[in-house]
Amino acid sequence: MLRRLLNNLRWSVLPVPGRVIAIVFFVALFIFPLITDSTYYLYILTISNLLVIFAVSWDLLSGYSGQVNFGHALFFGVAAYSVALLNKYFGLQPWATIPIGTLVATGVGVLTCFPALRLRGPYLSLLTMAFPLMLMGLVMAFKKWTGGEFGIPGLPALAATKVGEYYICLVVMTVAVLIMWKLTDAGSKYVRTGLIFHAIREDEIAARASGINTIRYKILAFVIGGFFAGLAGALYAHILGTVGLSSLSMVMSFRAIIYVVFGGIVSIYGAVVGVYTLQTLLQFLGVGGTTFIGQNQILIMAIIVILILLFMPEGVAVWVRDKIERECPRCKLSNAAWRRECRACSAPLR
Amino acid sequence: MIERIIIETLVIGGVYALLAIGFSLIFGNARVINLAHTGFFMLAAYGLWYFMRQLGIGVAWAILITVPAVTLLGILAYRYLINSIREHHAAVLLMTIALAMVFQQLMLALFTNNYWAIDALIPGFTEILGVRVLNQQLLTLGIVVVVIVIVWLILAKTKLGIALRATAQDAEVANLMGISVPRTLMITMGIATALAALAAVAVAPIWTIYPAMWTPPLVMIMVVVVLGGLGSIKGAIIGAFIIALVEVSVATLMPSYSYLKVVFAILAMVIVLSVRPGGLFGIMFEEERL
Repeated sequence: MLRRLLNNLRWSVLPVPGRVIAIVFFVALFIFPLITDSTYYLYILTISNLLVIFAVSWDLLSGYSGQVNFGHALFFGVAAYSVALLNKYFGLQPWATIPIGTLVATGVGVLTCFPALRLRGPYLSLLTMAFPLMLMGLVMAFKKWTGGEFGIPGLPALAATKVGEYYICLVVMTVAVLIMWKLTDAGSKYVRTGLIFHAIREDEIAARASGINTIRYKILAFVIGGFFAGLAGALYAHILGTVGLSSLSMVMSFRAIIYVVFGGIVSIYGAVVGVYTLQTLLQFLGVGGTTFIGQNQILIMAIIVILILLFMPEGVAVWVRDKIERECPRCKLSNAAWRRECRACSAPLR
Repeated sequence: MIERIIIETLVIGGVYALLAIGFSLIFGNARVINLAHTGFFMLAAYGLWYFMRQLGIGVAWAILITVPAVTLLGILAYRYLINSIREHHAAVLLMTIALAMVFQQLMLALFTNNYWAIDALIPGFTEILGVRVLNQQLLTLGIVVVVIVIVWLILAKTKLGIALRATAQDAEVANLMGISVPRTLMITMGIATALAALAAVAVAPIWTIYPAMWTPPLVMIMVVVVLGGLGSIKGAIIGAFIIALVEVSVATLMPSYSYLKVVFAILAMVIVLSVRPGGLFGIMFEEERL
């Protein structure tokens, strides 16, 4: 077992720079609390980890299966609000509220399917964009129970210390991203979903003609997307200690899209790169709104998005990957860009 | 009560119709969903307020400067930002929402997060059917009717209008018939933005002006356009009045639950969409059919 792991590490991770960067990055995240115990930085990274789950779940639903959802905050906000309501009126603790909140978000994912499966393209995007706004209207209309624009404060913390919360969120993020990565892996021998999602996105009619029940897989995509976005939302509510309208807002939906498009759509690592460059870096540089960058975060983010769409439509992560890796023309293995021949079949790379 | 609802519906529906026609035109021709549409509307409202209240220029001059300036900005945005990514609709949605956010943040930085108002162009009110109607509302209704008639005349009677409609039906064949499609699309974007600016002229004295003022009407015209059918002018006008009726009735009959107006508007849209996935008068293209 250990030997196999070491062999894998030696022969299929170390020769590919992208994979080395990914491993180094995750190790760095795990040892980060040993380097600094500044609560501010730990808090930013905790939030970033939850946003990674949120962004990756959007990528799975909209990037991979092509159901472009512009109201992903629906799942996030539903989970956050159900967590808060369960805690406020039934006094449930995090170990109970988080699973229930996640399940509620998953159920909402199934419910969205009923109108969403009949539509596609721009109609689907606009319809899904409207759902969280509808819920926002409900929250504002029933202020007595939901707190309206002030939200529901006073939720219990996830763990006693900030470091504990950091590790919970980091482990959940790693596991969630691994699961979603495996589910969307088109070359996998064990799970077919990745291949089928790609097929549905590229040509739904052809996928149907090949005997795939596309309706079932689209529902599955909504369920998975709703589940993980809900998980992120439920944890987010406990980390912040309060739930407000911002968790349902259009800005929240667009944050997921902005991160994914920035990093590179239809690639799980793109979403991770997007969150860690845009969210974390801007927060670190912003230092709580005291610097110029902190005060103009939305403006800077919007301008970055415009520039990325114009000059790197593939996304930053994909652009960098193409610079440091090259695919072997014969056996399709990825190689470091500076090699002259493929590491497996020694076919010339240029 | 009923008279009140009818008159309010006409005014609000007219404004939504103006905005929705522009939104629908640019979608029908260029297949671009322009979420920055109400962003231009907001810019025009700010422009009017700035010229009239800050610089003290007369109404006519303020309108004459603002509307062409915003239209030009719309054409430039289309030419340099949207045109090159027109084929990918998710990218376009993202680009236009980013553009609207840039507008919002710029207005926030320039004029702070305050609420501003413009004086009514014609003060006072008239009694119609026992309902007090502000003269400004009548003026708004007048502007809306005139503009809609002009747009209809342009689309139906002029050569340009025929070119626009031909491009909407089939851009490739229109190109073969000697219509310059890129130029037509730019003109369409110009008309759409000009309509948004004119809508701002019509309602700026009634609504308050603040940096986030583009979101509530954006949600409503999205609902209107999807309900009426993306790309259909007739659908946009009819949808606008349906949604305005829903909104005004909710606000009048249940004043304490006025936040529910969005909920009911979206519910109306979902119902229509589940019966007719293309909207009421939607044009479904072969490659977009499920």
